[in-house]
Amino acid sequence: MHDDDYILKVEGISKSYGQIKVLDSVSFNVRKGETKVFIGPSGTGKSTLLRCINQLTEPEEGRVWLNGEEVTHSGSRINAFRQKMGMVFQNFYLFDHLTAVRNVEIALIKVRGMNPKAAREKALAELRQVGMEDWANHYPAELSGGQAQRVSIARALAMDPDVMLFDEPTSALDPELTREVLEVIKKLARDGMTMLVVTHEMGFATSVANEILFMEGGRIAEQGSPEELLNDPRFSRTKQFIGQFREYDRGA
Amino acid sequence: MLEPAMDAIAILIDWFPYLLSGIAFTLALVLASLGLGVLFGLPMALGQVYGTRIVRFLVAVYVWFFRGLPVLVLLFLFYFGIFPALNLDLPAFVVAIVVLGLRGAAYQSQIFRGAIQSISEGQMIAARSLGMSRMQGIRTIILPQAVRIALPGWSNEYPNVLTDTAVCYAIGVMELLTRTSQIVSQTYVTMPIYLAAAGIYILMNYSGMKALHILENRVAIPGFGPQKGDTHAR
Repeated sequence: MHDDDYILKVEGISKSYGQIKVLDSVSFNVRKGETKVFIGPSGTGKSTLLRCINQLTEPEEGRVWLNGEEVTHSGSRINAFRQKMGMVFQNFYLFDHLTAVRNVEIALIKVRGMNPKAAREKALAELRQVGMEDWANHYPAELSGGQAQRVSIARALAMDPDVMLFDEPTSALDPELTREVLEVIKKLARDGMTMLVVTHEMGFATSVANEILFMEGGRIAEQGSPEELLNDPRFSRTKQFIGQFREYDRGA
Repeated sequence: MLEPAMDAIAILIDWFPYLLSGIAFTLALVLASLGLGVLFGLPMALGQVYGTRIVRFLVAVYVWFFRGLPVLVLLFLFYFGIFPALNLDLPAFVVAIVVLGLRGAAYQSQIFRGAIQSISEGQMIAARSLGMSRMQGIRTIILPQAVRIALPGWSNEYPNVLTDTAVCYAIGVMELLTRTSQIVSQTYVTMPIYLAAAGIYILMNYSGMKALHILENRVAIPGFGPQKGDTHAR
């Protein structure tokens, strides 16, 4: 029943806040090593969708499977699932009282029970991956936004996740810092990491995505590969949306 | 003219050791109030922020009771009322420690509560996203931040608590003020004795604040909460 090809299966996720239906029966499957990018107007439930996948927000309906195991209704096992679904937030959410390297190693020690020495080594290796090794002993307040986001990516990667969830990872950054973060994410894609990315960076979306999902009104309105999306007349709505961004870019 | 002054100084020198030993009692009362305040106040603050409706209600009632009554009323209530009713014949000193401790917990719980609530919710969200349980998130992420944020406000409890200890005179605890007035009633020398006691209080106040300020600087983290060298506590 569950195709072994899929590392992550999302089925019929719905979520309302009061009268407003933020997510309306959203379903999709993700293959190992695949990058899916979610685009669409603000307030269409993209971020809520990511949070429903690792249950930071509890969906009212729908089910999620990771490696064939059900994540929804998993009780206290959710903590084990969350380690395998690394999340990166728009506002980084680095632990403000801990240095960069402590941010990366703390869950290894407290959650995984790794010994501090091994955890430190692994944390430094993860920081090296995102080019932040030299900043290991700096506190979050001493980092630029781009640096902080790279540390938060390292923090999620340290748990050896099966899937990475990026929730508008560059929306709080200026263009220059955006680039350094996007480079890191692109490298992860090349290395075969499975990723779901919510972003407003259209150039990045089309260059890194195996599939683009255009969301509108809490539903997946259109979905397809970037090539299809740019050439196939079926994707009129998505093209129109991306076109808006182009116009805006020219105007700016 | 000179003779009474010389007499007063001689009396003061005679009684000074007796006066000084009052410091030990006063200090014990202060430490009890601050120590029990952290020991009970911190869990109460957590209960008030993260607890169920019943827990939040119980903490609110507790805080309302211990902040709502004058400390002297609390002392009398426990010393002459509650403990005797429970058939507990406790020394005044122990009663004072219990009362000041419970009262400290009520006040300090609100300092810690404010600190916990000032931490952005993203800290807990990030902790949970890494697979931490709620308790692990509280222990490893929220508490270390909350304690640092609370420290300046908590330090400001010190002079309050110190000056409050003097009311324990009313139930006969052998603290600084009790001893002072005993010396006065035995020697009929008033002003120099009270001045000496006042000087000791001020010295205790100053050195305690200084020590807490050093502590604040020591645990300060760059860019987080109160900064090293912040002078507002001076």
